[in-house]
Amino acid sequence: MTRVDLAIIGAGPAGMAAAALAARQGLRVTLLDEQPRAGGQIYRDVDRAAALRGDLLGPDYTHGATLTAALKHSGVDHVSGAVVWAIEEGFALSYTKDGRGAQVMADRVLLATGAIERPMPLPGWTLPGVMTAGAGQILLKQSGVLARRAVLVGTGPLLYLTAAQMLRAGTPPLALVETATRSDLLGAMRHLGGALRGWRYLLKGLGLLAELKRGGVKRHVGATGLAIEGLARAEALSFSAGGKSHRIACDTVYLHHGVVPNVQAARSLGIAHDWNAAQACFLPRLDIWGQSDVPGIYVAGDSAGIGGAKVAEEAGRLAALHVAQAAGRITQTELDRQAAPLRATLARERAVRPFLDRAYPPCPEALAPADATLICRCEEVTAGDIRNYASLGCVGPNQAKAFGRAGMGPCQGRYCGLTVTALLAEANGQTPDATGYYRVRAPLKPVTLGELAQMDQTAQDAAE
Amino acid sequence: MNNASPFLETETASRVTVTFAGAPLDLPLGANLAAALLTAGVGAFRQTPVSGAPRGPFCMMGACFDCLVEIDGVARQACMTEVTAGLQIDRPHEGDHDAG
Repeated sequence: MTRVDLAIIGAGPAGMAAAALAARQGLRVTLLDEQPRAGGQIYRDVDRAAALRGDLLGPDYTHGATLTAALKHSGVDHVSGAVVWAIEEGFALSYTKDGRGAQVMADRVLLATGAIERPMPLPGWTLPGVMTAGAGQILLKQSGVLARRAVLVGTGPLLYLTAAQMLRAGTPPLALVETATRSDLLGAMRHLGGALRGWRYLLKGLGLLAELKRGGVKRHVGATGLAIEGLARAEALSFSAGGKSHRIACDTVYLHHGVVPNVQAARSLGIAHDWNAAQACFLPRLDIWGQSDVPGIYVAGDSAGIGGAKVAEEAGRLAALHVAQAAGRITQTELDRQAAPLRATLARERAVRPFLDRAYPPCPEALAPADATLICRCEEVTAGDIRNYASLGCVGPNQAKAFGRAGMGPCQGRYCGLTVTALLAEANGQTPDATGYYRVRAPLKPVTLGELAQMDQTAQDAAE
Repeated sequence: MNNASPFLETETASRVTVTFAGAPLDLPLGANLAAALLTAGVGAFRQTPVSGAPRGPFCMMGACFDCLVEIDGVARQACMTEVTAGLQIDRPHEGDHDAG
């Protein structure tokens, strides 16, 4: 069986930057990634798509090609299409690729598992035709596929970017329906302070809004009473805004109100997590190098807390440097010397977060959904069910599983975990930290008996 | 191009024939299966085992499992699968939900 100095899960900006730097320091690196090509979601398929539609997707996207290029180093074994389903002591990482199980042993592990969209449970959000804005981005980046009649709903700069790209591609959205209000934006302005980076973000956002206005994209702000209508698929979005009721017929609804760390791998290792009120999610507890309270396990990029692609890149490098020092490849002095400019960039890039968090708060009615709204997509459990469990004495998400199977379907709580925590915390008058989160166990992704059988064969072959 | 589909395709690639729920479809070779099915006009990929409600792709990144289909008898995430010639794709759990 292969043993490497560093195993990295996820070939997004954090994982790619970390792999390249660690290899340059002489470390043997295995980079495991679920997708067929490197990039993560932000730079999804960049090597192929940059040439086809780089103009449409913009320079922030094509920048990813510098990271994929740096992966071509003899010290990096990039295993694409690898689905990691267990990380065990020592560390042994089990994964499947092409229907076969395999394992890699690593002295240290970097989790660079990125973000998922913040769950946005609204009436009708499970209908075919309702997707996340991130899914819309992936359809465009990887496949060049655009929704012909879409409504964009929620909050955050990603909605502006998505709308602008759709406009440039000749399929403008029917409407941009924002849940944030003008006072959210005004209140956020004081968080900009002297951070030049923050002002650049603001100007970029305003530039996109101006482009949308010129393109005739209808925009609503402060929308409430959101519901997606339809029987077999999404047919319309209804909401109130500006003192009026609206109903927009559409085929596709793209939802977005921020992204949250993908914590499945970190949780499965028992890493301590703390509630972060500003980001309204749990974050793994890490030291200044990104190392967790499980020695040898590091977390970087959006899976460590939402900071965006540039933060992910530098945080990945920082973790890789510390691994190089821990493995005896560089001295403490060299570590500090090389870390200094990375930390400076990180501080600059992170300066904009308080502004973004304040300007684009999550949609209140999706954080505390109405009783009838499904919150667990897999097992079809409603918000009212969870509140009812609380009235029967349910205090935490793991108990909720026993009450009604929330979080026990194939997504393993990825798209209901935060909602269940929030609902139970609210109903019981407890903090999210006291309420806790689902206990996540391997397998992190479903694995078949056939794949396991194949793995035994691989392990035997290796032993012989 | 499928004009009845809610999705517009901008790339051209050579096509291969697959079947979805028994019906033949010509999809781009090597494409993301979920994207290709959406573009071909498939909305509901499966019904939930709990109530039989229709579901289609939601996250496109392997996290939500709403795009589960059955290929050669194995449940697979369509968004994590590439189109190859001759795929026989079915809706999983067809007809075996509780309906209650």
